[in-house]
Amino acid sequence: MSTTAITSQSLDDLTSIPALLARNAKRFGIQTAYREKEFGIWQSWTWAQTLDEVRAMALGFLVLGMKRGDYVAIIGRNRPALYWSMVAAQSVGAIPVPLYQDAVAEEMAYVLDHCGARFVVCGDQEQVDKVLEVQETVPCIEEILYLDKRGMRKYDHTHMNWLQDAMREGRAAQTRLGAELDRRTAELTLDHTCVMLYTSGTTGKPKGVVLSNRNIIVTSKNSSEFDRLRPGDEILAYLPMAWVGDFIFAIGQAYWTGFCVNCPESAQTMLTDLREIGPTYYFAPPRVFETMLTTVMIRMEDASPIKRRIFNHFMEFARGVGPRLLDGKPVSAGDKLKYALGNLLVYGPLKDTLGLRRIRVAYTAGEAIGPEIFDFYRALGINLKQLYGQTEASVFITQQPDGEVRSDTVGVPSPGVEVRIAENGEVFYRSPGTFESYYKNAESTASTKDPEGWVATGDAGFFEEATGHLRIIDRAKDVGKMADGGMFAPKYVENKLKFYPNILESVVFGNNRDRCVAFINIDLGAVGSWAERNNIAYSSYQELTSLKPVLDTIQEHVETVNESVAQDDMLSGCQIHRFLVLHKELDADDGEMTRTRKVRRRIVEEKFADLIDALYSERTSIYTETEVTYEDGRKGKLAATLEIRDAKVFGQVATKVAAE
Amino acid sequence: MNGQGDAMRDVATDEGYVTADGRKIGGVAMEMRNITLRFGGVVAIKDISFDIRWGEIRAIIGPNGAGKSSMLNVISGFYHPQEGDVIFKGYKRPKMRPYQVARMGIARTFQNIALFEGMSVLDNIMTGRLHHMKANLFQQAMWWGSAQREEDANREQVEKIIDFLEIQHIRKTPVARLPYGLKKRVELARALAAEPSILLLDEPMAGMNVEEKEDMSRFILDVNDEFGTTTVLIEHDMGVVMDLSDRVVVMDYGKKIGDGTPEEVRNNEDVIKAYLGVAHE
Repeated sequence: MSTTAITSQSLDDLTSIPALLARNAKRFGIQTAYREKEFGIWQSWTWAQTLDEVRAMALGFLVLGMKRGDYVAIIGRNRPALYWSMVAAQSVGAIPVPLYQDAVAEEMAYVLDHCGARFVVCGDQEQVDKVLEVQETVPCIEEILYLDKRGMRKYDHTHMNWLQDAMREGRAAQTRLGAELDRRTAELTLDHTCVMLYTSGTTGKPKGVVLSNRNIIVTSKNSSEFDRLRPGDEILAYLPMAWVGDFIFAIGQAYWTGFCVNCPESAQTMLTDLREIGPTYYFAPPRVFETMLTTVMIRMEDASPIKRRIFNHFMEFARGVGPRLLDGKPVSAGDKLKYALGNLLVYGPLKDTLGLRRIRVAYTAGEAIGPEIFDFYRALGINLKQLYGQTEASVFITQQPDGEVRSDTVGVPSPGVEVRIAENGEVFYRSPGTFESYYKNAESTASTKDPEGWVATGDAGFFEEATGHLRIIDRAKDVGKMADGGMFAPKYVENKLKFYPNILESVVFGNNRDRCVAFINIDLGAVGSWAERNNIAYSSYQELTSLKPVLDTIQEHVETVNESVAQDDMLSGCQIHRFLVLHKELDADDGEMTRTRKVRRRIVEEKFADLIDALYSERTSIYTETEVTYEDGRKGKLAATLEIRDAKVFGQVATKVAAE
Repeated sequence: MNGQGDAMRDVATDEGYVTADGRKIGGVAMEMRNITLRFGGVVAIKDISFDIRWGEIRAIIGPNGAGKSSMLNVISGFYHPQEGDVIFKGYKRPKMRPYQVARMGIARTFQNIALFEGMSVLDNIMTGRLHHMKANLFQQAMWWGSAQREEDANREQVEKIIDFLEIQHIRKTPVARLPYGLKKRVELARALAAEPSILLLDEPMAGMNVEEKEDMSRFILDVNDEFGTTTVLIEHDMGVVMDLSDRVVVMDYGKKIGDGTPEEVRNNEDVIKAYLGVAHE
């Protein structure tokens, strides 16, 4: 701790993002700071040019009358000019508020009204239209600026400017306003607000998280040093600008370290651009890695048999050796040689195709990643790691150091971060990145952050004694107790089940009960194609779910999961004793899931109460009728007789049950 | 261009008008004067006259077999009417080959997509720039001198169109692999690459789903708005026509039965009869 603890002293004059920009322009002048693919060519800007552009923009904002403490909303996809507009806003003492560009007008209205944004910087016409729609109910918006001129000619420009025009006016006003701008930039201290980010808010209205310069700069410094980021690094900025991770990676760390931020041509070209840039530092949610892997596998299916055999052989080999090599563990000379050959034939070309060849550090976070997927990338020699964080912490709470990477932990506390586990298993942290407050919401601030600065994450987890790594098991509110006092963490088991492609969804029950039972939803795509390949006839989803070979396969999966759950002393009570395969897919139309495809546990519990009762009885089958909603809104009834199966359980629990 | 034949200067009668949404429509760009087109004994177009103004979106509608596509082919110079004149930019247009017409700034898309299926999207659009390339075969083959410079300049223009039509992600994709809606968009891109002053669209929305239609409508409006391209389109979807166009010509059995703003056309007795049929007494 003491080596990494930062005082404001050691940061010298680097007390704001504009200050970092000035330093970079001096120190890295001609190195590339930004790239964006436009008109099929990567256009680039050096740090010196970036400073020039940002300054022109800041002066332009002054011309338009931007005041200290104004809130400036930024809406659009990742583009250099929009990043600059955030830094330009900071330079004049205003506070940037990046918004999700796919938000509907209604959500946007709430946020714009809540922060009282006077200025809005839009990416293109689509965003301008939304803001104009919102403006009728949110009168605080005074000036709109836009980046892409297309389709904008007909608009009333009394209070609207093309960003380039504003910059031109700014440049012209250099003599008049230059001194004022310098004064305002010089005023910024570590305690000034750096940025305000709205949390997506799965429950209730979004909350504005106020992050100070200290939060962002100290966190960026610590995390950059943790992974030894350096000026020559490259990242691809493609995740929403409103997300805290993007702000830390593409602004915080980029400005602290002085590395280059690359913006893709459009959302659809992301994968092509990734390959062209070949980033050295990369972040993606598990979903992206999953899709990439699926694409690779599908294309390998279409490859010639000999290629497929080479691929399978070397991938099999790499799963054992690759991660060990990455972790610096001893590997025999023969294996090293074979891995080198594999690198020549398979791993190298594959990494090249994916655009991951030059990666030194890659992170994934946000949700659990399947061990198979995680290991695949590690096996290729890609240093993929996990981190755990949230907006309120300026991202970093824990992360995995090089050489200590596993798919089931989220690593050790990041430098400067203290983590403690409360009685009920909830994870608390305190760090230099801990947010200042929720904007205009003292109540929420107080309930999240205690006077000593500890913040509740809402997640339950525990530290592994042997390694000191944190493991997150579930949302704290979903974690319960088994009848015998053991911990009940349904999500932990459900995630393990969902890693099987055959299993689309699962719901585990057992709170306050003596044992756990589960509903399984099979994946129609995966199981259907399996049935097709094996000449197993079925006429409907319902019939597919009741086939013996399907149930046998699911039983195998459940038992394998039980075996792995049993290895965990704290959670071994969560093994699944009995399960059934549901005759219908859980569906948002029936209210069983949210629109973002998260299971609504309570509703499922009520709706299928008869099935749960049956699972806790001795019966081996149950007849049930379920109401379903068709796509056109009509309702119908689905009747089925479901088979209930017992699954093998392992370890102590097994003996206890057997004794009963 | 070759000689203008017996050039006949036509004086534009007025200087155009301003549309409801504030676009300025210019004077007459092209005028059809008493056009009659026959294929042997079949009369496809019978004594039709109308004009196209600079900057407007002009639609030609009518039931199947009304002669819309023939009319478009007359405008594009593919068919030569037996009677009547085409007045373009104030001059009577002599009999021309289609490529000569293209050089005069008229580009078109086709009802059934006519792209080079095996070539990439980029290459297909580049073919639209053909008239802007002056380098000779030798230079092009050797990739030397002006050929290189020209290709750079043309590529830049093409990239602007790719950006405009939002097809960056399929730039290098062979056309054969694209879905129908995107192919249509690529065809529009190729037509635009020629930097036409008049753009002819033959059923740009045929066979599209609602979303694709919306996209295409937006692009047609944007092209007109951004580049000021005069657009003549044939379309079956009445909703689209009424929303997009400034003025509409209605044809039935080779005759013109209506001409005017969408509103006027909609209330025209003959048009209603042609579309809905006449009640038999």
